[in-house]
Amino acid sequence: MVRAATKLGSVTEGTVILTVNGVQREVFVDNQTTLLDLLRDHLDLTGTKKGCDQGACGACTVHVDGKRIVSCLALARQYDGRDVTTIEGVAAEGELHPVQEAFVRHDGLQCGFCTPGQIMSAISLLEEGRASTDEDIREFMSGNLCRCGTYPNIVAAIRECADRDGDR
Amino acid sequence: MAEFEYLRPDDVSGAVATVTADPDAAFLAGGTTQLDLMLKDRIIAPTTLVDITRLPLHGITGGSDRIRVGALTTMEELAADERVVLHAPFIREALLLGASTQLRNMATIGGNILQRTRCRYFRDPMVAACNKREPGSGCAAVTGAARMHAILGAGPNCIALHASDVCVPLMALDTVVQIQGADGERSVPLAEFYTLPGDRPDIENVLRHGEIVTAIDIPLLPAGMNSGYLKVRDRVSYEFALTSAAAAVWVVDGRIADVRIALGGVGTIPWRAPEAEQSLRGQRAGTRAFRAAAEAAIHDTFTVPGTQFKVELVKRTLVRILQTVSGVTS
Ligand SMILES: Cc1cc2nc3c(=O)[nH]c(=O)nc-3n(C[C@H](O)[C@H](O)[C@H](O)COP(=O)(O)OP(=O)(O)OC[C@H]3O[C@@H](n4cnc5c(N)ncnc54)[C@H](O)[C@@H]3O)c2cc1C
Ligand code: SF4
Ligand code: FES
Ligand code: FES
Repeated sequence: MVRAATKLGSVTEGTVILTVNGVQREVFVDNQTTLLDLLRDHLDLTGTKKGCDQGACGACTVHVDGKRIVSCLALARQYDGRDVTTIEGVAAEGELHPVQEAFVRHDGLQCGFCTPGQIMSAISLLEEGRASTDEDIREFMSGNLCRCGTYPNIVAAIRECADRDGDR
Repeated sequence: MAEFEYLRPDDVSGAVATVTADPDAAFLAGGTTQLDLMLKDRIIAPTTLVDITRLPLHGITGGSDRIRVGALTTMEELAADERVVLHAPFIREALLLGASTQLRNMATIGGNILQRTRCRYFRDPMVAACNKREPGSGCAAVTGAARMHAILGAGPNCIALHASDVCVPLMALDTVVQIQGADGERSVPLAEFYTLPGDRPDIENVLRHGEIVTAIDIPLLPAGMNSGYLKVRDRVSYEFALTSAAAAVWVVDGRIADVRIALGGVGTIPWRAPEAEQSLRGQRAGTRAFRAAAEAAIHDTFTVPGTQFKVELVKRTLVRILQTVSGVTS
């Protein structure tokens, strides 16, 4: 059984070793720390946003082992050994990811707060093959809220990516 | 924030032994209910969290007539299972109409059947009156602003809804819950798993502290039986049900040869409707029979002003899904 590492006699904190955007990181955290707080507060990866902090808005969406999750309801200790990708990890060598480019082209953002989560979710949605109709895009993007109401442009951006990939 | 110890046992019996021995320990699966209540709402404070996600309780086995779903199978994984798609599509529909893809990638089936109510008074530590949190303290929802609450199996002590979508078709299918405890294993039909609030709303099911759900067994539908799940809600997507209905119907020569019905959004537990099934067997499929079945299903309601609308809405929800799955709209 893995006991929490003891520091100063306490068992309420421990070490998490995980791969973030291709780089192995070792982080010492309190047990209460969420994956979202680990990324933002311990690794300074502030692209992932904290909206509701309660699973309801999708601003904190990241990929774990290739699947999208909400990092605010993920306990950091539980993700020991896992492979995490954040918005900082999607653009290769200074070149935007095609989904990022499509968001720019279609003006898929206004204030931009929800955008990292929208893009992480959209990348997954395309990989899941769920962009075959606008209706499906809306349904399977519904876990990402946008207070600025940029939904039509987000759907347009995703539709363009799906068309180019021959998904529809 | 209350501190807690985090443990990751190597095997199921170790997890069971750890939680059984410690009244302040709790299991952690996908965390989408558990961490919400602990870290965000702060209405529960276990001192030890036992992470079960690496235990060998993943995956789905079985054939076209019956499957065993490991408790740690995620909602997305179950929705994608080919046997479910072919032989009980209303399970898939109910899963995909719940939560969001992100949450469904985290949430497990064991956690889903054990999810806690969304009653906002239950989830607000500033509210003193909640019999589910503090037996004997009263019920703020009955006198307050209720909407996402139950009308069946409810009473003045508690009107908290069991909000799971997938439990509705699971109830209609006579699903069986597999349980492992310190003294061995047992199986409990889902229909006998949940307990009505009565005067102890804090007790929600027959699971004893430390017992773990290892799997659920789902009998699938015979060929010829059509199934569907209809969820009515305040917005089109990513919202809990106001009312929902799961139905499977076998129509032979215009008559209903077999039928299964369960209702969601209305019960303090996922709600099977045997009276509706009985009233439909042998009847000619049609709106008149469907409406009679809906009337038979809904009785002994307990409503407050905010939930009164559900009495009619759930009947219409049931009529509509019966029309859809039987292909008879007149
Ligand atoms: C924003 C939001 C929207 C949602 N929308 C919907 C919806 O529309 N429809 C719907 O049906 N659900 C919805 N849910 C609820 C969600 O489906 C549940 O939170 C989820 O299924 C719980 O599973 P989990 O693995 O995360 O459980 P956890 O949170 O890890 O555990 C839940 C409870 O079960 C216990 N537990 C877990 N696994 C076991 C086991 N194997 N044996 C014994 N005890 C166990 C835990 O101790 C805890 O008490 C929503 C949740 C959120 C946060
Ligand atoms: S309905 Fe039940 S859970 Fe909600 S406040 Fe009343 S007692 Fe508590
Ligand atoms: S911050 Fe995680 S879903 Fe809103
Ligand atoms: S762009 Fe402002 S919240 Fe979406």
